[in-house]
Amino acid sequence: MKTLFDKIWEQHIVDTLPDGTAQLYIDRLYCHEVTSPQAFAALRERGLAPFRPDKITCVADHNIPTLNQEKPIADPISRNQVDTLERNCREFNLNYYGLMHPRNGIVHVVGPESGLTQPGMTIVCGDSHTSTHGAFGAIAFGIGTSEVEMTLATQCLLQRKPKTMRISIDGQLKTGVTAKDVALFVISRMTTGGATGYFVEYAGEVIRNSTMEERLTICNLSIEMGARGGMIAPDGKTVEYVKGRDFAPHGEEWDRAVARWQTLHSDADAVFDKEINFRAEDIEPMVTFGTNPGMGISVCDNIPTIESIDEAGRASFRKALDYMGFKAGEPVAGKAVDYVFLGSCTNGRVEDFRAFASIVKGRRKAANITAWLVPGSWEVQRQICAEGIDKILADAGFELRQPGCSACLAMNDDKVPEGKYAVSTSNRNFEGRQGPGARTILAGPLVAAAAAITGCITDPRNMIC
Amino acid sequence: MKQQFTILTSTCVPLPLENVDTDQIIPARFLKATTKDGFGDNLFRDWRFDKAGRPNPDFVLNQDIYKGEILVAGKNFGSGSSREHAAWAITGAGFRAVVSSFFADIFKNNAMNNGLLPVVISPDFLAEVFACLEKDSADTLTIDLPQQTITHNATGRAESFDINPFKKDCLVNGLDDIDYLLARRNKIETYERQLWSK
Repeated sequence: MKTLFDKIWEQHIVDTLPDGTAQLYIDRLYCHEVTSPQAFAALRERGLAPFRPDKITCVADHNIPTLNQEKPIADPISRNQVDTLERNCREFNLNYYGLMHPRNGIVHVVGPESGLTQPGMTIVCGDSHTSTHGAFGAIAFGIGTSEVEMTLATQCLLQRKPKTMRISIDGQLKTGVTAKDVALFVISRMTTGGATGYFVEYAGEVIRNSTMEERLTICNLSIEMGARGGMIAPDGKTVEYVKGRDFAPHGEEWDRAVARWQTLHSDADAVFDKEINFRAEDIEPMVTFGTNPGMGISVCDNIPTIESIDEAGRASFRKALDYMGFKAGEPVAGKAVDYVFLGSCTNGRVEDFRAFASIVKGRRKAANITAWLVPGSWEVQRQICAEGIDKILADAGFELRQPGCSACLAMNDDKVPEGKYAVSTSNRNFEGRQGPGARTILAGPLVAAAAAITGCITDPRNMIC
Repeated sequence: MKQQFTILTSTCVPLPLENVDTDQIIPARFLKATTKDGFGDNLFRDWRFDKAGRPNPDFVLNQDIYKGEILVAGKNFGSGSSREHAAWAITGAGFRAVVSSFFADIFKNNAMNNGLLPVVISPDFLAEVFACLEKDSADTLTIDLPQQTITHNATGRAESFDINPFKKDCLVNGLDDIDYLLARRNKIETYERQLWSK
């Protein structure tokens, strides 16, 4: 009768408060340089040290350059933030992957590929895209800095149990439709706040058929419809993915872990607070036209008309189109683009680079396009080179940068200039997200590659060989 | 001990936009600090100031007639990033409560962990408050946390609002989760021992 979420949640309850709030045990705390310094400072002010340092891993990723990482960071304020994280890790003896460390990368790429992220865990990080780790059948969610401090101090959080929602996607995806398109489609139907208050389990044929990296992309974007997190029941692919990784269990411990993971699924008679169903055949390659990730349409569609928007939402809709320089009712295909960004915790893994390369192979980057190709980690970078993808990209006129969050949130120099259009494989198209005045069009790696070659928004299916 | 929240009566600053995300509340380029101070100066930075840093006269925070400790915003306020800097920016600019018909989850937690009260009212009440504030910026709201009520004083319309009892207790008494959790470390150690013995 239990959902996957219920099972993991109940296993982690240390105590329940009289009002029903759960004291939840946390298996992994990931920290990065931007949302942790105030937590460490507050911890120190209370005269405390991390309660369970072996359950904490820290990574510098948000506020770092993607060129010349071997040199000191040029911006003194950014350098101080990264140095502060390093000092905190040294003082409290925490696992730390700083710049140029072979394990460095975006925390949500590093966790899975190092084997730190495992099925059945509770995982938190001061970053809303922590939902990514739910792809392994974990309860993973983003928290604020006060909650980072709580976890540092006690390895616990006080949490209200969210409602549960199952989103099932059945049928066969069309050629040229990626996991990112699936997620953007789901968010466009759910709206940007449609899953607020819920923890989502993804299920159905499309999910069962997906690779671990595709699942990471889908779970990553759960927060963009307001969900606290997203998760997928572990299966043979999950076990195979975790096996042999640095932090994966070994020997007898591995066998016990796998036996435990096999119990992690929603029971056949489990009841969810909400059930939503989508058909794979309805999903096309997607792009966004507005300033939140729920404003997505098929690359072949027209932007909605004002009349189709409810009264209360029209001011925001008009503001979004004004910002984007688009008109209601017009097609998006053919719109000129200036920048292309491939990367981020959403689409910065090797499968994304393979997909991008499949389109650009034997072609040339459009002269008007500035392209930033940023692997999600050094491990991804090593895979790209091992497979020769770097050569395909170089032949087509593209260069790889060094790993990091980069233009996803543009804390570093990777900023899209005011008024310019960027097709971006990242997760947010908010006003100014990629730089003040930057206009972001979210898309998957195939649409990004097509735009990089043609210089405009293009249906990639015309370019698949 | 944090600032306590009991009853607040104040004029309001209206922001009748939906889906105001945390990148608008505090853009990422201002997240490089290692303390909690100074974020209020950059609250709604790119709406409030132009490229040269001059105040945008059309933005509500630059209009002298709208002042107060209560921010009233359209639905799904605080969506997006988990940055607690958004809550620090709002409190840093002098607000003690945000009123909307719907909040994003992480923002709501971050707000309460900083003594900033998120108050959910019905869409209909919210529309009425926006309409009244447009006509008369001197309108006040009274938020009574112990009673869990919010009253629009010009019309007398009132609604009750939900808050979980633990968080209410924390806000009313100026306590935080860590005080509570630290007092219960023994329970955590017992849980860990049970887990490891399995």
